Amino acid sequence: MHESTLEKHPDISSEVNVTADPRALSDGNGVALRVEHVYKAFGKRPAEVVRRLKSGKTRQEVATLGTAAVIDASFEVKKGEIFVVMGLSGSGKSTLIRTLNGLWAPTEGSVVIGETDISKITDKELRKVRQRHVSMVFQHFALMPHRTVLENAAYALEVQGVAKEDRLARAEKVLSLVGLEGWGAKLPSELSGGMQQRVGLARALCAETDILLMDEAFSALDPLIRREMQEQLVVLQSELGKTIIFITHDLNEAMFLGDRIAVMRDGEIVQIGTPDEILTSPANDYVAQFVQDVDRTRVLTAGGVMEPPLAVVNLSGGPRNALRTMADLQVSAAFVVDRRRMYHGVVRDRDVMALVEKRGTDLSAAVRNGIEPVAPETALNDLFGRAVESPIPLPVVDQAGRLVGALPRVTLLAALGNVPSTTGEFPIVDAGVAPLPEQLVTAALAKTEGEA
Amino acid sequence: MEDTFRIPLGDWVEVGLDWLTTTFDSVFALIRTVFVNAYDGLDWLLTAPPFWIPLLVLAAIAWKASSWKLGVGTLVSFLLIVGVNQWENAMDSLALVVIATAVAVAISIPLGIWAASSRRVSSIIRPILDFMQTMPAMVYLIPALLMFRVGVVPGIVATIIFSMAPGVRFTELGIRGVDAEVVEAGHAFGSSPGNILRQIQLPLARPTIMAGVNQVIMLSLSMVVIAGMVGAGGLGGDVVAALSRIDAGLGFEAGIAVVILAIYLDRVTASLGSHKKAPVLQAA
Repeated sequence: MHESTLEKHPDISSEVNVTADPRALSDGNGVALRVEHVYKAFGKRPAEVVRRLKSGKTRQEVATLGTAAVIDASFEVKKGEIFVVMGLSGSGKSTLIRTLNGLWAPTEGSVVIGETDISKITDKELRKVRQRHVSMVFQHFALMPHRTVLENAAYALEVQGVAKEDRLARAEKVLSLVGLEGWGAKLPSELSGGMQQRVGLARALCAETDILLMDEAFSALDPLIRREMQEQLVVLQSELGKTIIFITHDLNEAMFLGDRIAVMRDGEIVQIGTPDEILTSPANDYVAQFVQDVDRTRVLTAGGVMEPPLAVVNLSGGPRNALRTMADLQVSAAFVVDRRRMYHGVVRDRDVMALVEKRGTDLSAAVRNGIEPVAPETALNDLFGRAVESPIPLPVVDQAGRLVGALPRVTLLAALGNVPSTTGEFPIVDAGVAPLPEQLVTAALAKTEGEA
Repeated sequence: MEDTFRIPLGDWVEVGLDWLTTTFDSVFALIRTVFVNAYDGLDWLLTAPPFWIPLLVLAAIAWKASSWKLGVGTLVSFLLIVGVNQWENAMDSLALVVIATAVAVAISIPLGIWAASSRRVSSIIRPILDFMQTMPAMVYLIPALLMFRVGVVPGIVATIIFSMAPGVRFTELGIRGVDAEVVEAGHAFGSSPGNILRQIQLPLARPTIMAGVNQVIMLSLSMVVIAGMVGAGGLGGDVVAALSRIDAGLGFEAGIAVVILAIYLDRVTASLGSHKKAPVLQAA
């Protein structure tokens, strides 16, 4: 019956091939989902609750009429973003996520997925939106205990009306994607909690929707498993490009996963920002108190705290230029880049001086590659060991290979203590060795002048 | 004072019943025909062949549903029924129970599903069920007699009304007891309410619903004896006869047959509720 209704009723989603291309669902601005002034109240007179809230009453003042679970929530989630909604229990985050796929209809306001306002469509159309655009992962997995792992994973496809053979084959693939190859014939009860949630994730991924709602998806798992799942989710997200809206009460989880985080309190969104912004400039005392206990080393990234690399010499500028730059900056080493700012390595003033004295003209002869560059998205947590070993600041190099910053040890320390990082004041390249005395450099340069 | 103040509830009921029987006479006649034919057909199946054929079939069902032990137990205890010359009566009663249960389940499970889907329906149905279950069972026999005349049909109808309540209650309880998050998952993936009922709620509520069906069967069996009063025959007929003749021996023989039948039906349906889950799971 379901299969046939699917065929007969082309709807908002049928003009685009939603399953193949994650970008199919677009309103042109790269926004996957837009929430506009959403209120959700429970109780006898929800509309009245909302009316009074709008006229300036507080949540406590309207408590006799009903519970205001979500108060004036507005945000946009960009395509391919992990958007985390964080709050303690009772903050309204679970209600909020349920308005995003229409499990709860908002009392007021609208939720727009792609170009469809799901608060204004029929139940049937809403079911189509859920099948094609928004899938969900639940806190307690919500698997069907009477069906096998494979059938659970294929459930979304079953609802979509995909033929049995086809959907089981596709579910099989997704199961191996989440690391459950060969477990398909088991029952959910035979799996550990972490594995059950992988099934839950597989079921949601199998739906091939572009938006994934995750409601406290990892909260019921052991800490070690949780960490593993978080890391796997990030990898999956980068491979599949899904838009993920993730609900959690765990700030560390929020900071680790979130591209942006919305902090909720008593039904209201009190701040929306990147993990760095939330951490370094909390909107109010509540958020500030909240972020106190965060493991900053996991949240802050090299790119977030790095300093501009001042001691940089140009490869094509030659050894004499390099030596002069280093002497001017009073440093004993410098990063070497080419004209396109591609990172080549490090030079030491002594090596360059020797090169100059030998009348050398190619700086690359003095370039050393002992220090592995750091990617901007690396968490500070992974950098302490290397910072200790490295005599000079760690170079931060982006994906294209360009030098974008430097990480002196002082910066790492400052980030941990939440000291506002002063930029530009540090002698960026700061080896254990003292720079060469200026007279020596000048003498060497003078001696070889005119010959180079 | 007490003589003058009296609510004529009984009179009203009588007037109402009169109206019902005259207005819907043809409907009752139809129901009567259907039940009589269904009962006669099933009874013929059970009593026409030599006793050992249905006996072996029933024992085999017990074996298949539960274990070889129950099969052997069935064989031995049913032979006891044959030994006290109650076999035909027992089969008459079994036929009545099967028909009544089938109808009661067919009505009560949909009602239970409906009640589970809406608080309002539930709050309307609940007092009606209380009424049906606690009203002394014999009271049903009187209107049933008026509507369907003496014979097996008023017995079946009274049994259906009396035994339906647990079927509705257990179904509602079972469906309400299904993990709300799993049902929510069904909605979240865009499944329709009908499919959620079929694919999630009913399979997960199945053990509870089967417990309800088991209760329905037990209650109908307890009603069988009372139905003997209106000429439904079977074991109840002998019990009523023994009572009027103060024949303790006959009463005990018919009574033990009821007990054996009850234990048989209870064990078989109970194991259908719990055991059948496993094969379903493996097949799935």
